[in-house]
Order: sequence, then C-alpha cells, then structure tokens
Amino acid sequence: MSAFFTQLISILTRSIANGMPFLYGSTGETLTEKTGHLNLGIPGIMCVGASSGCIAIAIYGRAAGGIDASNPFLCLLLAVLASFVGGILMGLIYCFLTVTLRSNQNVTGLALTTLGTGVSTYMISKVQNAEFVPANKFFTYSLRSALGENAVTDSWFGELFLSHGFMIYLAVIIALIAAWVLKKTRVGLNLRAVGENPATADAAGVNVSRYKYFFTCLGSGIAALGGLCYIMDNLNGNWEYSIAEIGWLSIALVIFTLWRPNLGILGSVVFGGLRILGNSNFIRGVDKSVMQMLPYLVTILVLVIVSMRNRKENQPPAHLGQNYFREER
Amino acid sequence: MSDTTALKKSETREPLFHIAKRADIVWWKAWLIRLAALAASLIVCAALARALGGIAPLAFFRSMISGAFGTKRRIWKLFYELAILLSISLAVTPAFKMRFWNIGAEGQALIGGLATAACMYYFGGKIPTPLLFVVMIAASILAGMIWAVIPAVFKAFWNTNETLFTLMMNYVAIQLVTFMINFWVTSGSGTLPPMSEYALPTIGSNAWILNIIVIAVLTVAVYIYLRFSKHGYELSVVGESENTALYVGINVKKVIIRTMLLSGALCGVTGLLLVGGTDHTISASTVGGRGFTAIMVSWLGRFNPIFMVLTSFLLAFLGAGANQISNDYKMNGSISDIITAVILFFVIGCEFFIQYRIVLCKNGKEGK
Repeated sequence: MSAFFTQLISILTRSIANGMPFLYGSTGETLTEKTGHLNLGIPGIMCVGASSGCIAIAIYGRAAGGIDASNPFLCLLLAVLASFVGGILMGLIYCFLTVTLRSNQNVTGLALTTLGTGVSTYMISKVQNAEFVPANKFFTYSLRSALGENAVTDSWFGELFLSHGFMIYLAVIIALIAAWVLKKTRVGLNLRAVGENPATADAAGVNVSRYKYFFTCLGSGIAALGGLCYIMDNLNGNWEYSIAEIGWLSIALVIFTLWRPNLGILGSVVFGGLRILGNSNFIRGVDKSVMQMLPYLVTILVLVIVSMRNRKENQPPAHLGQNYFREER
Repeated sequence: MSDTTALKKSETREPLFHIAKRADIVWWKAWLIRLAALAASLIVCAALARALGGIAPLAFFRSMISGAFGTKRRIWKLFYELAILLSISLAVTPAFKMRFWNIGAEGQALIGGLATAACMYYFGGKIPTPLLFVVMIAASILAGMIWAVIPAVFKAFWNTNETLFTLMMNYVAIQLVTFMINFWVTSGSGTLPPMSEYALPTIGSNAWILNIIVIAVLTVAVYIYLRFSKHGYELSVVGESENTALYVGINVKKVIIRTMLLSGALCGVTGLLLVGGTDHTISASTVGGRGFTAIMVSWLGRFNPIFMVLTSFLLAFLGAGANQISNDYKMNGSISDIITAVILFFVIGCEFFIQYRIVLCKNGKEGK
C-alpha cells in the first residue's frame, strides 16, 4: 500500500468515528422535527447525555471497586442507559412546555440548552475524571479485536469498518431503524402526518400529543447518546466543553441530509471528515477556521438549493416550529 | 365526578376539563400571572441552590442582589448589560413581529463588530478620527444589513426556512471572526490587542454611558416605528396573516426584505457599540450569546420595546445575580446556568395561562 492510500484510509476511519456523534444528534433531531417541533435544546441534551453517562460509570465503578475490576458489559449498559434516560428527561421538559403549554419552541429550546450546559457542568464537577476516564477502553474496544487477527481484519477494509467501538455501530443501526420506521411503517406515516398537518392527522384519529411526546422524547434520548459517544469514544474520556458545538452541527446535519436518517449516515461521515481536517494540518495553508466554517456553508447551500427546487419530498415538515391547538382553526 | 358515572350516563367518556383560548385578558391579570410565575421560579431556584450547593435561601437572595446592586460598578455594569441586551432585542423585534424567526442576531451583531474592528485596524491613524467614526458607523451597519438580508431574500423569493438559515449564519460569522483574527495577528496568539486610541469618544469617564444613551434613543425610535409608522403597520399585517397582506395590496417580499435590512442594521449598531464603544477589540465571544438571550427578551416582552426594557432588566439582573452566586460559592458557572434556565422555563410556561383558560366540564356539559 502506498503511503498516500494508508493516510487516506486513516483519515476516512477517523471521519467515520468522529462523524457518529453527529449521526446520533441528527437522527434524534430528525424524529423530533418530524413531529413539527424544532428542538434547539439538542446541544444541552447532548451535554446532559455525556455527563449522565460518565456519572453512571463513576457510580458503578465505586460500587464495583474500581473500573478495572468491573464488568465491561454492565458498565457500558449502565452508561448508555443513563445517558438515554438523561436525554429523555430533558425531552420531557421540552415537551411539557411546547406540547402541553404550547410555549414558543425556539425560546424553550434555547433555555433548554442553557439548562443542559449548567446541569452537565454541575454533574461532572461531582466526580473525579479518573473515575470514568479508564472506562474509555470498553468504549473503544474494537470489533476487530473481538474478531481476532485474520486476513480480513488486517486489510484496509478491517481498518475502515471494523476498527471502531460499539457506539459507532449503534449509531448506524439506530439511524437505519429510524429511516425504516419513518419510511415503511404506519407509525412513521402517522408521525409524518403530525408534522405536516396536525389538524388532518387529528381528524384521522391520530393522537397528536402522544406522537409529539413520544418521538420528541425518544429523539432527545438518541441525541443524548451522541454526547456520550463524543466524550467516551472520540475523546477517549477526556471531558471537554465542546459538546454543544457538536449539537449545533447535528441540527445543521438534519437539514444537510434532508430529514432522512439513512442519508445521515453518509452526511455525518462528511461532517466528521471536515472536523478532522479542520483540526489537523492535512491541508496546509488553509486556516482551521475555514474548514470549520465549511459544514455550516454546505448546509446553507443545501437549504437554499432544496427550497429553490421546491420538491415536496425534500422540504422541512410543513408545521415545523408551530404548536398545535385543536380549537384553533 | 368519576369516570364510571360518566360512562353510565352518556356511554362516552368526558374529559374532566378542556382548554379554551382566551379572547382577551385584563392587562393587570396578565402581569399578576407573570409575577406569580416569577415568584414561584425564585422559590424553586432557592430550593435548587440549597439542594445542589447547600446555599441557605436567604444567603441565596442576598448574593443575587449583591451581584446586581452591590457596588456602584456593579450597578453600572447591570445597566450596561441591560442596554446591550435591549439593543439586540430591538433589532430582532421587527422581524419577530413579522413572524420571521431571525435567530441570527448573534452573527449579525458579530459581523457588525467585525466591520468596526476592520475599520479601526486598517484606517486607524491613516484618516482623520471624525472621518474614521463615520466609516466605522457606515461599515458596521452595512455589514449587519448584508448578513441579515441574505436569509431574507431567500425567504422572500423561495420560502427558504429562515430559522435554520439564520442559525447557520451565526456560526459562519463566528468562524469568520476567528479567521480574521488569525489573519491580523501574525504572532498566532489568537487575540487582537485593544485599539483603544481609535475607540468611540466617551462621555465623562465611563465608557458605558455612550452606549446607554444611544440605546435609549433607539428604543424610543423603534417603539415609534412599530407603533405609528406605515412600515410598522405593514409588517404586523404580514405577521398576522400573509394572505390578508396580499389581499390589501402589501408587497410581502418587499416588507420581508425591508424589515430584515432594519433588523440587520440595528444588530450592526450593537456590534459597533460593543467593539468601538467598550471592548476596542473583537473575539468570537464578543457578543457572548446575547444574540440568543435577546430572542427571549423580545418574546417575553411581547415584542413591545417598552416592556422589553423590563424583560432585559430581568435577564441582566439574573445574569449578574447568578454569576455572583457562582463566585460566592465556587460553583464553576453551573448554578448560574441552571437558575437562569429554571426562571426562563417558568416565565415562558406562564404565558400558557395568559393565553388559554382551563374549563372544567360538569355532567358532560361545558361549565364556566
């Protein structure tokens, strides 16, 4: 293999790993937006997801007498569950305000981001870094190591697709399931109807509030996993306050992928790649900030092109941002 | 009434209550509800502070008030914060009244600041200072307008979602500022040293008075524009119903673009005041999230510039007070974010009780 090819594979591999937090965020936000709710609290939700996962690891570690003595599967399960539940709780706050009390979605979402940043800062200050950082080896334990050494795992294919931790594959699986539910099932059809025209869905016997609550909370739970994946997988457990940035980019990714979680898999790798290139000196002479601007610029470009072509299937949900009140005609 | 008797009587289940929209509410009742929500939120916050940080409730309120009014400097700082918040809120309000969700004020103000900084950097010392000020003012307003009018044009002609577009423009602006700083500062430190010799003049010894006066004038001007001018009337018609606007012959596209030009220009002025008036330099965090807080200020103030003075006071007070608590009890900023968010939730949520009323149902018939 030439040196260039090796480097290319290495960058692509890192793009995949670094893209998956975006995929969690965008899959979650897509489900939320399909109910007609624009949740700008995603950055806060991802912060809470990361911190509650880390807290769960730390608490379990204390109970088990150290991370190294603990059961890896239980440790991972608890972390993922805690993160998911943390996200759902944040989603419930958002739903109560926007669905039940019909508050303004943008304002509520922004306040939720403030809350999430605060809560995660508080939570993480209650544990020592050393109590959760060692668990990163469970998160980054790759499929390749699990399968053992052979011709396939040693090849470029193995490097590219098999060298990741379990949260990377989980992101893809969740995205594929979400895409299938949205496109192929009755629940997905109803969900899309709720976002497009809640009055019609209501008349057809769909429980609009229940759909909004369920999918917004589920979406928040999924997005929260993105925060955990970012901290424990991409950053190897080093706590950093750049999670919120991942959240904003995830909201951008939803538009970039035209509200389709399956396209999101490719889109997230592109975003991950831009992030990697932005942080490395791979392309010389280009300022880092230009690379970091690119995801937002391409998102704007997609948004503009899509609205100009005006094809129905590529538009945002028609009632995005508007709350539904049955008696308002 | 229990559900079983309802089933026996009518064979259908009646809900215990239903929600109806209020036609109108007396103004003092609305404000009473808001005050009650604020009081409730403060009680919850005091309880939270006790649970999370072991702060006694009295000490909690004392610390908050001292953070806002404790010293003469803090009071000045509070009014300065109030003014800057109000300024950005004034900028987004015409757009919001038109139901154009401009959440890009952060970027529009930042780009106005960047234009100011660029003028100071390139022309400072090379042209007479009064001329420099004219160039700074023109450049910042123009930059803000450009940043705001791009999403507006796409909204007007192709109905591009403005919320998402303006949100993305914020981050483009932030990266652009980082890029320009790296371009100007060759040492690689990433911070631009203050260019105080080219700053806007100060009134007395305090750099904040000029900002406060300019913004007070702007508040009155925006109030008059929205309340009494033809433009103000047109944009509120577009906001209420685009079809009505078309029917009465209002050029909706023109109104959208014109209003966003105004919105961007006001954001640009804020950027000018921040960079030229107080900071004398620029960084990616010069606006510091105020563009987002302004959305809440404007919305909580019911898009009325006079009420917005009150709501920006509330948010400025909250910010100062919560910061003080973080400092006093060494809680690394977490408590201030949590307190701010909880109070906002209460204040946002209470609008429901102003707009709707809960009607109890009796014997399957609608009661009052």
